Amino acid sequence: MLEEPVVHGVEWTVKELFVYPNEFIYWSIQIVMYPYMTGLVAGAFVLSSLYHVFGQKDLKEIARFSLVFSLALLPVAAMPLLLHLQQPTRAMEPLLTPHFTSAIAAFGIVFTTYALIVLSEIWFVYRKYFVEQVHALKGKAGLSNAMTRTVYRVLTIGAYDVGDDAIRIDKKAATVLAAIGIPVACFLHGYAGFIFGSVKANALWMSPLMPVIFIMSAVVSGIALCMLTYIVIMEWKAFWRRRRGGVEEAGEIKGVEVDVISKASRYLIGFLVAAITLEMLDLIFRGYTAMKSWDILRSVMYGKDFLNIFVLQYTLGNLVPFFLLILPRRTLWRTVIALFLVLFGVFMMRWNVVIGGQAFSLSFSGYMHYEIPVIPHSLETFKEGVFGALMVIATPFFLFWIINKFVPSLRRDTEGS
Amino acid sequence: MTCSRRDFLKNTVGSSLVSALPLSAFTLISSAEAAAALDEAKVRWAFLVDTTACVGCGMCVKACKNENEIPYDAPVTRTWVERYVMTKDGKTHIDSPLGGRDGFIDDKIRDEEIDPADIDKAFFVPKLCNQCENPACVQVCPVGATYQTNDGVVLIDREWCIGCGYCIMACPYGVRFFHPEAKVADKCNFCYHRISKGMDPACVESCAFGARRIANLEDPDDPVANIIRTERVAVLKDEYGTKPHVFYLGLDAGVR
Repeated sequence: MLEEPVVHGVEWTVKELFVYPNEFIYWSIQIVMYPYMTGLVAGAFVLSSLYHVFGQKDLKEIARFSLVFSLALLPVAAMPLLLHLQQPTRAMEPLLTPHFTSAIAAFGIVFTTYALIVLSEIWFVYRKYFVEQVHALKGKAGLSNAMTRTVYRVLTIGAYDVGDDAIRIDKKAATVLAAIGIPVACFLHGYAGFIFGSVKANALWMSPLMPVIFIMSAVVSGIALCMLTYIVIMEWKAFWRRRRGGVEEAGEIKGVEVDVISKASRYLIGFLVAAITLEMLDLIFRGYTAMKSWDILRSVMYGKDFLNIFVLQYTLGNLVPFFLLILPRRTLWRTVIALFLVLFGVFMMRWNVVIGGQAFSLSFSGYMHYEIPVIPHSLETFKEGVFGALMVIATPFFLFWIINKFVPSLRRDTEGS
Repeated sequence: MTCSRRDFLKNTVGSSLVSALPLSAFTLISSAEAAAALDEAKVRWAFLVDTTACVGCGMCVKACKNENEIPYDAPVTRTWVERYVMTKDGKTHIDSPLGGRDGFIDDKIRDEEIDPADIDKAFFVPKLCNQCENPACVQVCPVGATYQTNDGVVLIDREWCIGCGYCIMACPYGVRFFHPEAKVADKCNFCYHRISKGMDPACVESCAFGARRIANLEDPDDPVANIIRTERVAVLKDEYGTKPHVFYLGLDAGVR
């Protein structure tokens, strides 16, 4: 029996009242993941640049980690797009025949530029370490040592000069790259906001504030994720050291951490306030001008999506962590909870933009509900379901684990810039 | 025969000039200019829908699905018919079951019984791609797989579409969808394969009531184009600046 072809979107779209026949939730969970992951990349890079460019010395520890972590996040920013495409084998076409009136056309170019900046900055920061490893592993027995040494030899790209002059140039190059990287990172993400903000057919998305809101929330989420991962990894290490009996060492690590975390949280709060202010401005403006679309927008925001927008995003994701972070006598546990909530809040913001923008019909006479596929029964329901999203979330941690084996971002003895 | 160097140069320059003169009569022109010089450029396809003539039989949707190989039972369609019922309480009831493919044989709208005595007015509105002059879908396609022809129709290259769905999001009229089999964006193209051979689109041919007609706006003798020029016609959602080219006779203000 020939199976009836499945229309993309039918499986997770529930229509209510009058919706045009061809309307479905075409942009589902992976398009929520795309700006979320891109935002994490941009935010992680901005955090690392605070030290490299603006000389925030007390952020040094977390800055090096953030830089390497942003590299691990980078491929994952493109992954949701690949999972979302109906023709993934044609994914390179935007680079081959870019149609520049489209906001998506420049993605490959911006993304590649940014990737090159991150890669070269890491190279300049860790070049000395690579060279040292090549020398240290010389003559050591064993196949794994030989292979590791080969990897490091490739990583040096033949630049073995570690004299004072050469290292000074390295440091300068890393600073310049970090400085160039900030606008490029902001562009990478602001541009993701532009992809949505420029869709004039969508009443919720169309707003010139969208790119700026996206950048602010990107920095918020990036800083939060870096802080959270940093805390978890360092605590995990300290925990194991304590179990092995090295109490003093563990204590020292924790002491440094609290300073770093306090400083990073101050930046986090700053960007969080900016993000919320802009979002509120957008909301108030829409209500005040009350264009044709306001009736349906209001019914979605204050009615159908009230829980998602006002309870989960603004209250639980913004307001609660804001107070958790600013109230005195902050503990590490409270910070961890606040960071989790911040990350959740930014995710809900992406969700409410992407899914919320498709929650109402273009006819303004009906609604669509997104029922995310949980148990997949086809490739499509896997890719655009809970497990597809979890795969995207898990990948950067796996990549970081691999990259960190060669570029140890969490060790103090790998002195760089 | 002798030929001095001076004569040689003189003759070379002379003959070059003589041969270059006719060549200068040729000019490099763009493909659009070439097309403009030919008769085929004297076409701007447009569409006229007479909502007062439509009875909602759904024959146009059936014909379109068959002609354009859109899976018959799939809930997507290149053209569809909407039913509007406006009641005395100020409410507008709209539906389009299966795009109106099987006609509107049920009085109920989404299981809601409407008392005929409560109805102020009721009518049908056929919808299809507006072949906009300033198409948002073409603007946002990242690879140029959807494009506008010289005669105003927006087409999709199925071999080049990456299936990102940006065009679907950008269209204010909701005419686009993913083709369930081709897995690329799809929409009405006025049956381009037919109209470019002098035939009518499938929906026009199948409409027994003359509610759907195709027009060439560039042809001063085209009777349908003359109706668009001389009668009071309206378009859908002109606030988006897309300059739609499906014109409606008797379009109600309540139509979405």
